[in-house]
Amino acid sequence: MEPGLYHILFISTALFFIGVFGFLTRRNLITMLMSIELILNSVNLNFIAFNKYVWPEKMDGLFFTIFIIAIAAAEAAVAIAIIINLYRNNQSIDVNNAEELKY
Amino acid sequence: MMNGYTILFYLLAALTLSCGIMSIATRHIFRAAIYLLFTLIGIAGLYFWLSYEFIAAVQIVVYVGGIVVLIIFSIFLTQQAGEKLTKQKLDRKLWSALAVFCGFALTILQIAQYQFPLSNNPATVTVRRIGEKMMSMDAGGYALPFEIISMLLLAAMVGCIVIALRSKPEVK
Repeated sequence: MEPGLYHILFISTALFFIGVFGFLTRRNLITMLMSIELILNSVNLNFIAFNKYVWPEKMDGLFFTIFIIAIAAAEAAVAIAIIINLYRNNQSIDVNNAEELKY
Repeated sequence: MMNGYTILFYLLAALTLSCGIMSIATRHIFRAAIYLLFTLIGIAGLYFWLSYEFIAAVQIVVYVGGIVVLIIFSIFLTQQAGEKLTKQKLDRKLWSALAVFCGFALTILQIAQYQFPLSNNPATVTVRRIGEKMMSMDAGGYALPFEIISMLLLAAMVGCIVIALRSKPEVK
């Protein structure tokens, strides 16, 4: 069977829910960040697939992907700055230990 | 009939999904980062397969060359060597797996039912067209989002420096 739009949608759905599962089960901030990267990538794959198979003469999906990649880079940089700062104050990046604001 | 195009697709899909699963399943955080790297490379391969070469190049440069290296550096800065991640409680894993499975099944069923208006025109995406549209200020051009993204990147850069700056101990 020739792979088409539905195959790519299957991959991106699977990748999205792999990322959600990782986000729900991991308790280390860096691995949670990795799960978010997986989710963002699955969304990018969706945009590109729809652009190719549904509106090949337009380029809107492509531009959304470019902007999402830029925002993901900014988000990862800020998140890692926060994680390093948290590690410096807490000696741990486990979310269960980051409870200063809780009480 | 399996031709090379089809086989390549299934290989890339298998690489992406298996490395994605390993990346959230392994308990060594460094291995998780390396599996994430291969997942991102697999997705770049899928972009090549879809003949969007520019996006594939951007994916490799930004994700593989930038974000994964950043993540690996932060792992070096914050983890003790050889330390495994803490094991999660079984019931949390079970409930998460149940929720994820239900969401996955629901999404796949919806996708399978919906008839997308597929088009057979070949995609003609050249870097020249991307650049012209990116800088175009006509209707449908992307000059304003481009400028906003550049402001966002500047703000993120300054914000990172401020957050990660080691504050001096206060003199009392």
